[in-house]
Amino acid sequence: MKIDRRSFLAFVLGGAAGTALSPLPWKLTDDISIWTQNWPWTPVPPKGETTYVASTCTLCPGGCGIRVRRVEDRVVKIEGRKDHPVNRGGICPLGAAGAQLLYSPWRVRQPLKKVDGRFVPVSWEQAIGEIAGELRELREAGSPEAVAWIADTDRGTTAELIRRFLTVYGSPNFIRTPSAQDAWETALYLTQGQRATAGFDLERTSFLLSLGSGLLEGWGTPPFVFRACGAVRDRNGRFVQVEPRLSKTAAQADQWLPILPGSEATLAFGLIHVILKEGLERKPFVASRTTGLEDLRRNALREAYAPEAVAQATGLEAKTVVELARAFAAAERPLAVCGRGAGRVPGGLQETLAVHFLNALVGSVNVEGGVIAVPEPEYIRWPEPEMDAVASKGMQTPRVDGAGSDRFPLARYLLNRLPEALLEGEKPAVRVLFVSGGNPLYSLPDSERTAKAFARVPLLVSFSSFFDETAAAAHYVLPAPTYLERWEDVPGAAGFPKPVIGLARPVVAPRLATMPTGDVVIRLARRLGGTLRAAFPWESHEVCLRQTFAASWEPLRRNGFAIDESFKPQPFETASRRFEFGNADLKRLAEFRPLPAPGDPGVFKLTLVPYDSLRLTAALGTPPFLVKALESEILWKNDIRVEIHPQTARDLGLADGADARLVTPRGEARVKLYLTEGIRPGLIGMARGLGREAHDRFLAGRGVSTNRLLAAVEDPSGFEAGWGIRARLERA
Amino acid sequence: MEEPKSSAPSSRSESEKAEKGDGAGAAIILFFILGLAASLLVGWIAFPALLYSEKRQPVDFNHALHNEIVDHGCASCHFFREDGSFSGAPKLAQCVECHREANSDDPEEIRFVEEYVKPGREVPWLVYARQPDCVFFSHAAHVRMGGIDCAVCHGPMGESTSLRPYQENRITGYSRDIWGWNIAGIKRNSWDRMKMDDCAECHAQARVPGGSVQTQKDGCFVCHK
Repeated sequence: MKIDRRSFLAFVLGGAAGTALSPLPWKLTDDISIWTQNWPWTPVPPKGETTYVASTCTLCPGGCGIRVRRVEDRVVKIEGRKDHPVNRGGICPLGAAGAQLLYSPWRVRQPLKKVDGRFVPVSWEQAIGEIAGELRELREAGSPEAVAWIADTDRGTTAELIRRFLTVYGSPNFIRTPSAQDAWETALYLTQGQRATAGFDLERTSFLLSLGSGLLEGWGTPPFVFRACGAVRDRNGRFVQVEPRLSKTAAQADQWLPILPGSEATLAFGLIHVILKEGLERKPFVASRTTGLEDLRRNALREAYAPEAVAQATGLEAKTVVELARAFAAAERPLAVCGRGAGRVPGGLQETLAVHFLNALVGSVNVEGGVIAVPEPEYIRWPEPEMDAVASKGMQTPRVDGAGSDRFPLARYLLNRLPEALLEGEKPAVRVLFVSGGNPLYSLPDSERTAKAFARVPLLVSFSSFFDETAAAAHYVLPAPTYLERWEDVPGAAGFPKPVIGLARPVVAPRLATMPTGDVVIRLARRLGGTLRAAFPWESHEVCLRQTFAASWEPLRRNGFAIDESFKPQPFETASRRFEFGNADLKRLAEFRPLPAPGDPGVFKLTLVPYDSLRLTAALGTPPFLVKALESEILWKNDIRVEIHPQTARDLGLADGADARLVTPRGEARVKLYLTEGIRPGLIGMARGLGREAHDRFLAGRGVSTNRLLAAVEDPSGFEAGWGIRARLERA
Repeated sequence: MEEPKSSAPSSRSESEKAEKGDGAGAAIILFFILGLAASLLVGWIAFPALLYSEKRQPVDFNHALHNEIVDHGCASCHFFREDGSFSGAPKLAQCVECHREANSDDPEEIRFVEEYVKPGREVPWLVYARQPDCVFFSHAAHVRMGGIDCAVCHGPMGESTSLRPYQENRITGYSRDIWGWNIAGIKRNSWDRMKMDDCAECHAQARVPGGSVQTQKDGCFVCHK
């Protein structure tokens, strides 16, 4: 018997028949299909008990109430709290993606110190000890004012601890990051004498006029604003969006007025002109509750604000301007809002004032459906700290950013002026710079200059929970726990018309070796001793929080928020007890002139205008869920797409999707084109929030940051007021 | 001349062929049977042995003993939470209610207390009945609303004095109990298998609503959410 080809084939056939008669193929097919439907590497939340924790979101100044779903001690979902007065169950995409920030593998895991250009892990003891040593030296050298601290809010116990620390140490340089609230607060103070934030009773207005505000793109408290915009229409009201491009907000509005960018204030004055000329103002309100209308009359009734001139300046038609003014004045409860895009840039003071005057003329100030001055919360009443001679002397020195100086008497904080101050002189004015919010190295315009300025600071300390651009450039990173791992009082909700205090609480135990920034402040003070030690009697931030709220702590802890439902707008606090269209302070303001986009229009034929998207964050890193959800009109693979009008593209000989070189006086970048009729010809629309150098691999290295291409522009009051820059597009 | 020349070799070759043919035919049958036998051995014995890895439960729990002591049967330890979700295998906290200290001389109990209770470590129970993640299963719908007894799916677990070995499928990572211990998939009791067909069988009998509106067939989304 020989084993040949035939016997081999017979063996194989027998094998095949036997295999078919065995469970092997069927069982294997079944197992493989189960395996492919349940990839073992796909993360699946653990099974276990589901619990919900009520807390407050702090990812933006919105202050929404959130309901965090946990399985055992893992956060699996974040929802809006249905019983919360601000968001009433709503949540924005960023808030919903918050769990990805908590579990991000790119969080800073422990305190880090930069040694020879590389970060090495150090203990909290060592990091705080070394920084306290530097602070002691600086103080002993008699220049405590060379310390500055950048924070993203000036309210709440953490901000107050920081301010108290700086005061007792001897530095006036507490700097809040800029936002549209800067200009609104100043406008309220100038006209109403109230130190307050601007709330907008959007839910009760019947004519909503938005001068460039991205109401559906992150402006104010998104879920509140979303609902309110819908409510305007439900009541047969009117919603007009004035903006150079067809944003999501413009697309949802009843009317879109594609204005020339930067001319919004001119339009506001133009509307005032028509209202005053035709006598359409709310006479009872103006007569009984305002004063100084003559000043406004003198200013607004000039030829420069006549409909034809305004049409020329804004690119709108004269009859549109007149019609808009009449309809606005005739509406039952009209309301005008401003603050470009998501409201992260203050914009010019004159622009905000013009909008505020417009509201006052139609009686929509401190009334239902109007702009409401929401008083700053006053629950923090700590005893005045004792200050030594060094501190008193230090506090007398002018602020490093020039806020409150003779040149910029109205501004309280001017972070946008800090880079210039740092670049001046042989030695920078700031020797130690703490950054506990805002990621200025990314979020300030003119990134190159900002980086150069910050690089001059001998000791830069970041408190970021994530590796952001500022943390990457810092000498020490002292990571704070995320908002889901710490206690935090959250006073106020951006743009919400009532005073509210939210409480963020630890939903899970801190995952990493982090420390709340308030605790770091207390420890630094204890290390420094003397008056500093005495000014901080609290053991920790949490203890401070409990003692600050005292009797109201338990109700706050139980409920998660406190709101004054019976709140009624307060009377005006000006000398005249009226709304002042004109007064001595207003007279001192420089006359309004529209701020042009920087750059030579001869060389740069187009204008670059940045815009905000709800799916991209400015300071904070955008979580992967949102990066994944970015439209292909914004991000194409790893390239950012810029919007231009087809006519502009034709003039340049460029096609949709083509690669191009975008050049501005500040820098250049490779971009892809997106042709759309939803933008005025001559403009280039570019989304803010991309072009990250730090952060995680889902976000970093994609697209270009608008701030690399933009220049800092300030209005005469010192506020950052840039809305664009001259630019050109070249074939790549 | 040419014909015989040509016929002679051909007849020789034919006879050779015939001789060979008998031998070759036997060989073919033999090899076929060999192949058949080998593959049947592989398919029925070697493959199942290779497919599953056997693990012991971390603690050898005696259900029968506990069942005698507790008041509410299975639900004493495997209970519904307030929100209606099912607790499944008990957490250490429940065990500790009685076993803060060892209650007997049983070496397994003493080991349990030493290794888990004292250090506060959760017992990593191996769950025989865990369905793949693509399956949505609600105990509340079956036990509370359907009134089905635990044993219908889980068998007489409550009467066992010792925990049987847990066999883990090396490909899927799930328990052998899902496919059933019989590799051919033959079942005698309702609890012998927990595959989709077994669910569907009962769902069809009970006329569970939730079928597809378009096809009038059973609904995938009843279990695959």
